[in-house]
Amino acid sequence: MISFDDVSFRYAASSPWVVRHLDLTIDEGELVVVVGPTGSGKSTVLAMINGLVPHLTGGQIAGEVLVGGQSTLSTAPSELASLVGYVGQDPQAGFVTDRVEDEIAYAMENLGIEPVAMRRRVEDALDLLNLHDLRDQPLATLSGGQQQRVAIAAVLAASPALLVLDEPTSALDPGAAEEVLHALTRLVHDLGMTVVLAEHRLERVLPFADRVVALSTDGEVSVGRPAMVMASSPLAPPIVELGRVAGWTPLPISVRDARRRAPELIEKLRVHEPTSPPRHEGAARASLSRVDVEFGALRALDEVSIELHEASITALMGRNGSGKSTLLSLLAGSRKPTRGTVEVGGHDPMRLSPSERIRLAGYVPQEPGDLLYAQSVAEECSTADVEHGLAPGTTAEVVSELAALENTRLHPHDLSEGQRLSLVLGIVLAPRPKVLLLDEPTRGLDYEAKRRLVGMLQALRDEGISIVVATHDVELVASVADRALVLAQGELIADGEAREVVSQTPAFAPQVAKILRPLRFLTVDEVRAAL
Amino acid sequence: MRRDRRPHALAWWLWGVGLATAALRTTNPILLVGLGTIALVVGWACRSPAPWGHSVGVFLRLGLIVIALRVLLQLVFGERLPGHVLFTLPSVPLPSWAAGVSIGGPVTVEAILTALVGGLRLAVVLVAFGTVNAVASPRELLRSLPAMLHEVAVAITVGFCFVPEVMNAMARVREARRLRGRPTSGLAGWRGTAVPVLEDALERSGQLAASMGARGFGRAGVPRAPWIRRAGLACSVCGVIGVVVGTYGILAGGRSVPLPGVLCVLGAVLLWAGLAAGHRRSTRTRYRPQPFALRSWVTACSGWLPVVTFALVTASGSHAISWTPYPLTWPGVPAMALVGILLAAAPLVLVDQSTPTVRRQAKASREPVRA
Repeated sequence: MISFDDVSFRYAASSPWVVRHLDLTIDEGELVVVVGPTGSGKSTVLAMINGLVPHLTGGQIAGEVLVGGQSTLSTAPSELASLVGYVGQDPQAGFVTDRVEDEIAYAMENLGIEPVAMRRRVEDALDLLNLHDLRDQPLATLSGGQQQRVAIAAVLAASPALLVLDEPTSALDPGAAEEVLHALTRLVHDLGMTVVLAEHRLERVLPFADRVVALSTDGEVSVGRPAMVMASSPLAPPIVELGRVAGWTPLPISVRDARRRAPELIEKLRVHEPTSPPRHEGAARASLSRVDVEFGALRALDEVSIELHEASITALMGRNGSGKSTLLSLLAGSRKPTRGTVEVGGHDPMRLSPSERIRLAGYVPQEPGDLLYAQSVAEECSTADVEHGLAPGTTAEVVSELAALENTRLHPHDLSEGQRLSLVLGIVLAPRPKVLLLDEPTRGLDYEAKRRLVGMLQALRDEGISIVVATHDVELVASVADRALVLAQGELIADGEAREVVSQTPAFAPQVAKILRPLRFLTVDEVRAAL
Repeated sequence: MRRDRRPHALAWWLWGVGLATAALRTTNPILLVGLGTIALVVGWACRSPAPWGHSVGVFLRLGLIVIALRVLLQLVFGERLPGHVLFTLPSVPLPSWAAGVSIGGPVTVEAILTALVGGLRLAVVLVAFGTVNAVASPRELLRSLPAMLHEVAVAITVGFCFVPEVMNAMARVREARRLRGRPTSGLAGWRGTAVPVLEDALERSGQLAASMGARGFGRAGVPRAPWIRRAGLACSVCGVIGVVVGTYGILAGGRSVPLPGVLCVLGAVLLWAGLAAGHRRSTRTRYRPQPFALRSWVTACSGWLPVVTFALVTASGSHAISWTPYPLTWPGVPAMALVGILLAAAPLVLVDQSTPTVRRQAKASREPVRA
């Protein structure tokens, strides 16, 4: 179906090779997951399958890419549209029309599908991704997860033989991600469709994969069954790490595999069951009391009362659109509650001047790049010093503690996701805020970058900062959070010790907890320490 | 049924072009203010709930800036028009080849009025454009372009989508800057916002083009015989010339071009035939096409009523449409022109404000709108 024959690619003659001598064959009816650290060229390889690279991006290419017998180097992406469906990383940026229904029909219109057949296929796609309630909505008003589902439906409706998805579940909550992945497996099994996807969150996609293509930054490629590739991969989801620690061969890929082999391990670990250190309730740093937020007829937050203590990490979980970002924006002082009071460090954040506010609460939005505008990392740091009234060099120092950015003359756009997050985190932390708010910080981070983030957050907590993380990433919650809050339709439905909250329900449980149930282990590190 | 509750996007754009043409054909400040008001009211009442629905306000501000700039330039550099002197600015003598340009000198009421009217015309055109953008998104318009204009439409889509994308990006970046404790207003605020907004908008427009391409936009169909293609090319070139010259004639007025309307229509027909012949046969189909029904016809025509009534007033021998401050008199307001302008507000009555789209949205979505 797809073959890469000795393919090399770089964006310009002066830049380094992104892909080096890649040989790869993907057969029909396979679900293939492309994995690799940031910068290993995953997105580039995916975009080559439908010819966006090099037709749209330009660049130097050597070798040959064949898809369904056609060369993607000599065929324009639009001519390949009936063969390859492509969903990019940012679904919103790829929307062509304004409404859900039109967006789904768009590709079929271009392919010249009969109006009657088109009408039926739109209905099918709406059902398949559970979008019929949203069919008349303007795309701009959808939440991130809904947008991702619309983007996938829009591609599915044209029923291409091959589906290419770049990080399809990174913006989704665990439930929605599962739903999307199940829909994809159904297409592979029932219709024989070939699916190629790239994803950082391996724990989500590996159980569904037929084969894994592992790219590395030095150009090595290994291809094979998931268990085989994972045996040597430096990037591994918790389940694989647990398998390595326990010495299981072949490595388990799904929770079911691992659970079957776990009884022995569970017996061994039973006496070492971890307990969280007793929660020392520090002084309150911020609080919400009986807060309501309404957007027109819509209630985004419903009588929420929370107290946040110093030196703690609080995870904020819940479905896409359950009110997590709204809650953070209240604490950051960028939105007024409809009723109730918000206090940060004893003040109402809405009444403070911007410069007073950032000394109380630092906020890192979902797209950290929004906060950056200077032409280089160094300039970004020095403007931050001036604007925050800090001694020259303070911000640069904080940033360098968080990440090794060797070349400070780089444009912020050229940084990797992880480096950009570190830069923004450094800028936000330089004025020493009492409260740090993070919205979906692990989106687009590979395991290595995530490990660094966990280290940073733990160090900040030990300095006494009160941290709130809104996230879908249960593994992140398992490894850093002391306390977890769960929101559903704007109501606070769970508030307690993170270990309790995440092991209560399967949807929010990390992989290790699912495997070692009823023991309350959350991370591989805990298991390693106990053995 | 649902889809013909609002006029067709093309109808809105025709309406807007009509209003803009009327604004360029008159120098009567009262008529101009009338046109601008109608555009604003319609834009405000019929704007879409999506983010680009705010473009009326943005373009209104842009229009006011244009007026202010125009007057300022006239005060400092403009031609020294005779009349009632208000005050005198210190002047700098310029060599004789710089005729028409001066720095400083006596400022007359007439000069200020001329500049005001000039600025007002541009402002009305801008507001009309903003209104059309707010009620019918450019994407909707491009969806209904004929198949033979595909490649052109890709380019236009990317260009048009720049406006709404810029506004989306602006809202996001300003929010983010506020959170970082940075100024969002004043010169420093604008400088800090402009760079990331432009970068973001450019990037997104590029991604949009990629997505359109990946989904088959602009697919080549079956090629035609070479002689048809060549004849088509000749037709298109003649057609473009006809349309350009005709449009110039209409906008410039007077007798500079004979029969500008006929020339324009003839050019358009030639262009159409040329494009149809030259383009490969496309296999494009359409999903639930929006009908160009009565509502749309009325909307499109009502936008051109001011132009028609202005022409009728001029034909009847009145000079009220092209008012000048010489002599300095109150501009006359011909009743017929005023009626024409008022009738251009017809879409207000036609657009069903309680479209199910808007009502159902609140119910179906239990989720907050993403900022």
